[in-house]
Amino acid sequence: MEADETSTVAADSAKQSQMLPTIEAGLADDSARTSGLLVQMTGITKRFGAFTANDSINLGVERGQIHALLGENGAGKSTLMKILNGLLRPDEGEIVWDGETVQFESPQDAAKLGISMVFQHFSLFENLSVLENIAAALPGSIRKNGFNLRRLSKRIEEVGEAYGLALSPARPVNSLSAGERQRIEIIRALLRDPKLLVLDEPTSVLTPQEADALFVTLEQLAQKGCGLLYISHKLDEVRRLCSKATILRGGKLVGECDPRSEDVRSLAAMMVGTHVPEVRSQALHKIGDVRLEVEALTLPAPDMHAKSLNHIMLTVHGGEVLGIAGIAGNGQSELFAALSGEILAPQARTILIDTMPVGHIDIESRRALGAAFIPEQRLGHGAVPNMALSDNLVLSRHGTDRLDRYGMVNFRRARRLSDEVVSKFDVRISGKNPLASSLSGGNLQKFVVGREILARPGVLVVDQPTWGVDAGAAVAIRQALINLAAQGAAVLVISQDLDELFSISDRIAVLHEGSLSAALPTGQVTRETIGLMMAGSEVDDAA
Amino acid sequence: MRLELVPRASVSPIVRALSPLIAIMLAGLMAALVIALMGRSPVAAFDIYIREPLGDSWALQEMGIKMIPLTLIATGLVYCFRANLWNIGAEGQYTMGAIVGSILPLATQGMELGRWLLVIALVTGAIGGALYALIPSYLRVRLGVSEILSSLMLVYIAQLILDYLVRGPWRDPKGFNFPQTVMFDKGSMLPILFEDGRLHAGLILAIIVVVASTIVLGWSLFGYAIKVIGSAPKAAGFSGFSASAISLTVFAISGGLAGLAGIVEVTGQIGQLKPSISAGYGFTAITVAFLGRLHPLGVVFGAFVVSLTAIGGENAQIMMKLPLDLTTCFQGLLLLSVLAADALASSSIRVVRTPNKEA
Repeated sequence: MEADETSTVAADSAKQSQMLPTIEAGLADDSARTSGLLVQMTGITKRFGAFTANDSINLGVERGQIHALLGENGAGKSTLMKILNGLLRPDEGEIVWDGETVQFESPQDAAKLGISMVFQHFSLFENLSVLENIAAALPGSIRKNGFNLRRLSKRIEEVGEAYGLALSPARPVNSLSAGERQRIEIIRALLRDPKLLVLDEPTSVLTPQEADALFVTLEQLAQKGCGLLYISHKLDEVRRLCSKATILRGGKLVGECDPRSEDVRSLAAMMVGTHVPEVRSQALHKIGDVRLEVEALTLPAPDMHAKSLNHIMLTVHGGEVLGIAGIAGNGQSELFAALSGEILAPQARTILIDTMPVGHIDIESRRALGAAFIPEQRLGHGAVPNMALSDNLVLSRHGTDRLDRYGMVNFRRARRLSDEVVSKFDVRISGKNPLASSLSGGNLQKFVVGREILARPGVLVVDQPTWGVDAGAAVAIRQALINLAAQGAAVLVISQDLDELFSISDRIAVLHEGSLSAALPTGQVTRETIGLMMAGSEVDDAA
Repeated sequence: MRLELVPRASVSPIVRALSPLIAIMLAGLMAALVIALMGRSPVAAFDIYIREPLGDSWALQEMGIKMIPLTLIATGLVYCFRANLWNIGAEGQYTMGAIVGSILPLATQGMELGRWLLVIALVTGAIGGALYALIPSYLRVRLGVSEILSSLMLVYIAQLILDYLVRGPWRDPKGFNFPQTVMFDKGSMLPILFEDGRLHAGLILAIIVVVASTIVLGWSLFGYAIKVIGSAPKAAGFSGFSASAISLTVFAISGGLAGLAGIVEVTGQIGQLKPSISAGYGFTAITVAFLGRLHPLGVVFGAFVVSLTAIGGENAQIMMKLPLDLTTCFQGLLLLSVLAADALASSSIRVVRTPNKEA
């Protein structure tokens, strides 16, 4: 069946006269009402075994409303959205859509009513064009009725223009920035003529300027009567964009409010349940000698989807946190790999740890010199999912912690050290030594960070330390990084989260298209400047 | 409607330990059904397949003889499979081990050089197999060639080389034109363990290999690295393990053990090279490795079950006129059951209903 439909796409592209009936009808339909209750979820309860993920939650979205759904990781947001999207069925409760009680058997049912989702992680074919990616994901009903690619291409441009989503249909996806990729997802959703659009953390990969452009689009959509459900951690955005917020904590509904009349701290307090601790800076530490230095590092892209690094220069002193801002895909992974030694540099002298040239030696040799590394990806890079925590401790510490004796691993000692990480870094686990994959994102990240910090490194390089981590864990991790610097270590933090960088870094540099700007003291630079630099404007202007 | 496997949050160790036993019982029941459908008595078949070989010294020794190469090869394969590398060419490495290991014994035939020659034969056989396995591994590491295809195709090359040698330059001049070499000297043959029996000292080698591999895979940093590479290659790089070095090493170990199995088979019981030195051991060992759930001790169990059914199958063919293919069928059922039991022990099945799409 799938194959048939695909061939229909190709065959029909020749038929000029064919239209895109559903799409045309949908977007042109101005007669739809633009206010009133669109969907009401009442008493939604979902249990997984003994665990209640959603406990009689109510959520109503009106037409033309941008409604925020707030909550930490594990608060039950995803479960609720999966229920709304037809991926899960609630144990109790009902969904009323446009005055009628509905039951979703599958996501197709939800899609038919006009519920569209834009996910946090893009699902795009790297080697296909924008147009091909959109055509591949069109709903079956449109494809079966036949359409042609040229008309679709025109539609994409029209929709793009109408909503300020400039995007050339012919461009291959692998040449696009994260912001542009997200536009594909949004246009995909818009072509389905959504009445309710659900956006999951849409700005996590955008520059402040790109996020602004997205907000304009979303406001336009709302004005046309589309209901929007906006899932986010970023409270500033929610206050700016949303007229109503529903807050979940621990699977329960804890409150509804108008975020515009609340301040960030009160919203955060509702989300976390207690007063949110802030990162305390360690005032008394002094900046010491240069411990990590990168001197004119140039590295060709290791494969076609990677970025090359151009003449990177940076220094990190002992006692200092250097933040590297930038949008994902601008060379962060490559820079991390070059610093860690997972990719070797062409010349030894391009990277120096405590003045020792290390560009030519591998990650274990760099660890032996007192460096530690925390990669962006927890599962599969920083930790092995199907291994117990104690086995995962061996991963980065077998060489430096006397775990390896005559080629044999001292698993007992590994277990002791891993228990130490668990208790000192407040890693919440079920069971005594669980598999890494059974931990929540925040807890596993605390484990990985704790594992490296308890190795007492002199130089720590960390990529996206709090990506996808709940607010409580994020604060703990940031505090641990600052404390490590205060003890005299040089800490280099690569992050997309500007709030994070501003709260922990002493200096900030921006990575754009594989080139790194000069590092500026955090106190002397504004978010707007950094944002412009992230988008690639001249670094000199910013200084 | 479709089915999904959902990982279980926790798996009780009892379930894990019992699952292969349940699998064997289920496979036995299915086999009994097949035999019943063929109009024979499943009870009598059970008697001949399982009970009789276990109570007979001759049959037990024959089982041991089959278990030796299967255990050696499958233990080697465990190294590769754990690292997520698919060496399908153990049969070729086995053949190459037999050929290379035979060079010296054949060249010095008639000189009765004694035990040292045997040791050299075993070592060169293992080296032959290891070098032959390094071909697909090197191609994979350097050029990204799929090791599955290249190792498999090298099987046929090795077999044809053997064929050429025993029909051409190495043929026994007094062998009535049979495709075979001269018989090895008595001194370059592996000693027999029991008087008047056939079980040879290869058994001791197999035991040493299994014990050593259990230790290496379970407790050494190398064994740890293999596991990491197999489940998360990027984490292996983060840990400082070189993927190419480990890939080459596990292939060399795997090929070396297969080569050792080849020369052990030749010096243990055949005593000469001929085209039929293997009963498909290299391929059967893949089944054995998975029956043993990629653990050296499990491999012994897997080799035992496969050998038992092979011997029992021969008996059944003679005494009940059951086709020998039934044995292969039973081994297939067994593998399927063991793998399914393993999957079902760690995951549960969920039925996902998908409504029919209307046109």
